[in-house]
Amino acid sequence: MGYKAKFRVWRGEGGEGRLEDFTVEVNEGEVVLDVIHRLQATQAPDLAVRWNCKAGKCGSCSMEINGKPRLGCMTRMSTFEESETITVTPLRTFPVIKDLVTDVSFNYQKAREIPSFTPPADVKPGEYRMQQVDVERSQEFRKCIECFMCQNVCHVIRDHEENKPNFAGPRYLMRIAELDMHPYDVAERKESAQEEHGLGYCNITKCCTEVCPEHIKITDNALIPMKERVVDRKYDPLVWLGSKIFKRQR
Amino acid sequence: MTQTTAESAARKQRAQIRVRTLRTDRWWLAPAFTFAGLLLFLIYGLWAIFDKSYFVDPYIAPFSSPCLATSCPEGARLFGLAPFGDWYTLPPGILILGLPGGFRLTCYYYRKAYYRSFWLSPPACAVAEPHGKYTGETRLPLILQNIHRYFFYFAIVIGLILTYDAVLALVHKPAGLGSWILLANAVLILCYTFGCHSCRHITAGRLNHFSRHPLRYKAWTLVSKLNARHQQFAWASLFSVMIADLYVRLVAKGVINFPFA
Repeated sequence: MGYKAKFRVWRGEGGEGRLEDFTVEVNEGEVVLDVIHRLQATQAPDLAVRWNCKAGKCGSCSMEINGKPRLGCMTRMSTFEESETITVTPLRTFPVIKDLVTDVSFNYQKAREIPSFTPPADVKPGEYRMQQVDVERSQEFRKCIECFMCQNVCHVIRDHEENKPNFAGPRYLMRIAELDMHPYDVAERKESAQEEHGLGYCNITKCCTEVCPEHIKITDNALIPMKERVVDRKYDPLVWLGSKIFKRQR
Repeated sequence: MTQTTAESAARKQRAQIRVRTLRTDRWWLAPAFTFAGLLLFLIYGLWAIFDKSYFVDPYIAPFSSPCLATSCPEGARLFGLAPFGDWYTLPPGILILGLPGGFRLTCYYYRKAYYRSFWLSPPACAVAEPHGKYTGETRLPLILQNIHRYFFYFAIVIGLILTYDAVLALVHKPAGLGSWILLANAVLILCYTFGCHSCRHITAGRLNHFSRHPLRYKAWTLVSKLNARHQQFAWASLFSVMIADLYVRLVAKGVINFPFA
């Protein structure tokens, strides 16, 4: 059974813009992205929205729905009251290109700053031998669809633009953790995670985990373990002493 | 390095929405409850430290255990010993509460709890924080959060002492309700302590080859199970220690005096 829903949608280019009110038809089983598309087809043909798979796997349709970062294609209209006004805005942390489309190139820049997988020099491709238990911990992080909602919600850069040059954000700190946990990665990542990629800025308030559509435990399984590895390297005198006495590789 | 401010050109490229949040749910409820819960614990702890009714045979209040000075009643002393002798005359809680207190203060879960509810950094996800500047745990004093694992080592000792207290009370004939309350508290505290993120790291989290260390990997999987419920154990043990402590003090004061108390 369809009904008319009240929508407020951010319209504008660059930072300038305003919330515009619309009344749109909603049918049973629809998601927010369906309604945005109907809006585009019937009332606002120039409304810009980024989307692709409509299956929660491409990460394109990240937006803020009633103030919360969500995937438009995975947010069912049935979760709202029919009388409710639904506010849809672009991701708040990134520059707006037009309407709901943001420029997420900050994330690509941060991705490039992380050294890629670095195997030992004497191990050739095809010679890697790993047990499943050794790699399954970091396989969780490979579920990431790069919707950038964790980057968007993290208050370190959401509320403090000035931290952007110094902070890679949860998605890329998770990437560092993934590589550091890899049995065949030999690159130094602990020191650089703290000094270059801003792990110390994270105060583990877990918003990245809360918004992740893939339910990756970013904080508990990537950021906190990485913080503990940094403690081993930089702040724990006993680990330092142990590495000197037993000549252990740190 | 490019520096930007709240009103910089880069900031102005974002959607200029002039409200703190557009969330319509009751996002303030969780930080409000957290604030109230932690404040209650602080107020109770402050009162309990200076309250003198901390021992009634065979119970010792958890906030005052271990009792390590000759000023403690003989039955309250740990293994009957008083290593601090007679020079220490202050309440026993002052001597030891810094260790479990420091463990909770630097705990990864409690950090989330009080950063959100006390420091509003942020109060909830996608709700703007009120501070103009943010450096997180990159400098003093918050960089000291990195000593969490040392508090963890002490917390194990305290947890085992509380278990010992509960077992001593249980073997006392007849074992009263207080013995079971102390035991439940000790179990919750041990679950909270061994589910700690530092414990998870120490068991095997720091390794990259689990397959070469099967015992440590097994320990890691067990700790991970506790760790998944770390928040629940943090709250459960916070309240259990208050309840157990208050119960012992009320028995010691004679307020609770039914048979098998």
